[in-house]
Amino acid sequence: MSLTHHVTAPLIDKNPVTLQILGICSALAVTTSLSTALTMSIALTAVLVASAAVISLIRHHIPNSIRLIVQITIIASMVIVVDELLRAFAFGISQRLSIFVGLIVTNCLVLGRAEAFAMRNPVLPSALDGLGNGLGYSLILMIVGTIREFFGAGTLFGHAVVTTVADGGWFQPLGLMQLAPSAFFIIGLLVWAIRSARPEQIEVSEYKLQQREGHR
Amino acid sequence: MTEPQNFWRRFLARPNDDRGKAIGIAVIVAFVCAVVVSTTSVLLKPRQDAHLEAERAARMAAMLDTLPGMRDLMQEVGVTALETRMVNLSTGRFTDDVDPAGYDATEAAADPETSIEIPSDADIAGIRRRETYAPVHLLERDGELMLLVLPMRATGYQSTIHVMLALEPDLRTVAALSITDHGETPGIGSRITDPAFIDRWPGKQVADDTGAIVIEVVRGTASGPYEVDAISGATRSSNAIGSMLSFWLGDLGYGPFLDRLEQEGL
Repeated sequence: MSLTHHVTAPLIDKNPVTLQILGICSALAVTTSLSTALTMSIALTAVLVASAAVISLIRHHIPNSIRLIVQITIIASMVIVVDELLRAFAFGISQRLSIFVGLIVTNCLVLGRAEAFAMRNPVLPSALDGLGNGLGYSLILMIVGTIREFFGAGTLFGHAVVTTVADGGWFQPLGLMQLAPSAFFIIGLLVWAIRSARPEQIEVSEYKLQQREGHR
Repeated sequence: MTEPQNFWRRFLARPNDDRGKAIGIAVIVAFVCAVVVSTTSVLLKPRQDAHLEAERAARMAAMLDTLPGMRDLMQEVGVTALETRMVNLSTGRFTDDVDPAGYDATEAAADPETSIEIPSDADIAGIRRRETYAPVHLLERDGELMLLVLPMRATGYQSTIHVMLALEPDLRTVAALSITDHGETPGIGSRITDPAFIDRWPGKQVADDTGAIVIEVVRGTASGPYEVDAISGATRSSNAIGSMLSFWLGDLGYGPFLDRLEQEGL
């Protein structure tokens, strides 16, 4: 496996959101506008890369019995640092993201990559794997964010693209797009689209329904 | 010189399932993380506080801008911002015991030392505890009150709503109302910040001629100076603002302070 593969594979083929269905909670919460989605993407990618690198660096010395707690401690510290940085340098955005930056700690994606990849691989591949997964997550967030902000408010990055009815134009914003369920629908449709294009992503069903015998 | 290095090497060479190593690694990781987190926090604190302060000032400025003639009046008095003074809510008097800079009302309300518990039947704003000292913002000209701005809060549908209420010098007429902070449902309760709702407040009377607080948020057709229309679909968020005013202007809120202002002036 070449090094670039670590970055490119999680974009579509092994996308953490659409294939592994991880990080859905924050994907629902922060995608009402593109600017919050972008900030969240950058924050998560930074945490993922940094925590993967650090955990990979000390992986030979993490006792198996306390490995999860060591990983979580490192991840949580990174998240606090990122949160503090946002509050100091991007105050407005951090107000709008409110608790969701802090909740990166509980994002299964970060711990998932630490446990599945960084614990077993050298520093560089781990960091690249973190970057790839962060970008994969970001890609989905940006797509969902674009759709939700455009149809929900008629803007992109806060700039009016079409004139809404409220401002005397023709565009009637879709209120549903500003609510969490719409993100579910959009992610669902994305999963469907990707799996239609790449049938190998379709999971084999665990159980098969059998015809009941002796019943007519 | 080589002694600590050897010790370190021997520590790292111990098997990973060794109990001593597990504890050692846990301590080291925790310590390094703690240092990193606290260093960032301490280094960035001044910047964050500056943002919070700027935001508060911006909200206040935005509200003052909505008041016709207020900027001219301030220029006449020769100030660029309102004066902030601390009030002891129990006595209704100004106090110098507390510095308004950096005062956090929510924090003070959580501390039994600096707050009182509100009896549950009187707690219409749903805030449980009320701080003893509150910062009020005012504009005075030649010892005469020109504008009074009171911070308030109440529990809304799913969050605490923070409000600045600006009163005319008669202490009864609403000059402006500004939502400074809330976490209501986006697109539903969050409409309390819309101009469509905020603009319903200026000119309303909070108290009748006897001084009783009668302002109310009503559903449907508000009539007269004491009633404000709720936002349809966001009744609970709107009502919270009505109860907030009733509570904070009442005896357990700014009531004693307002009474004293009315009788004695500033």
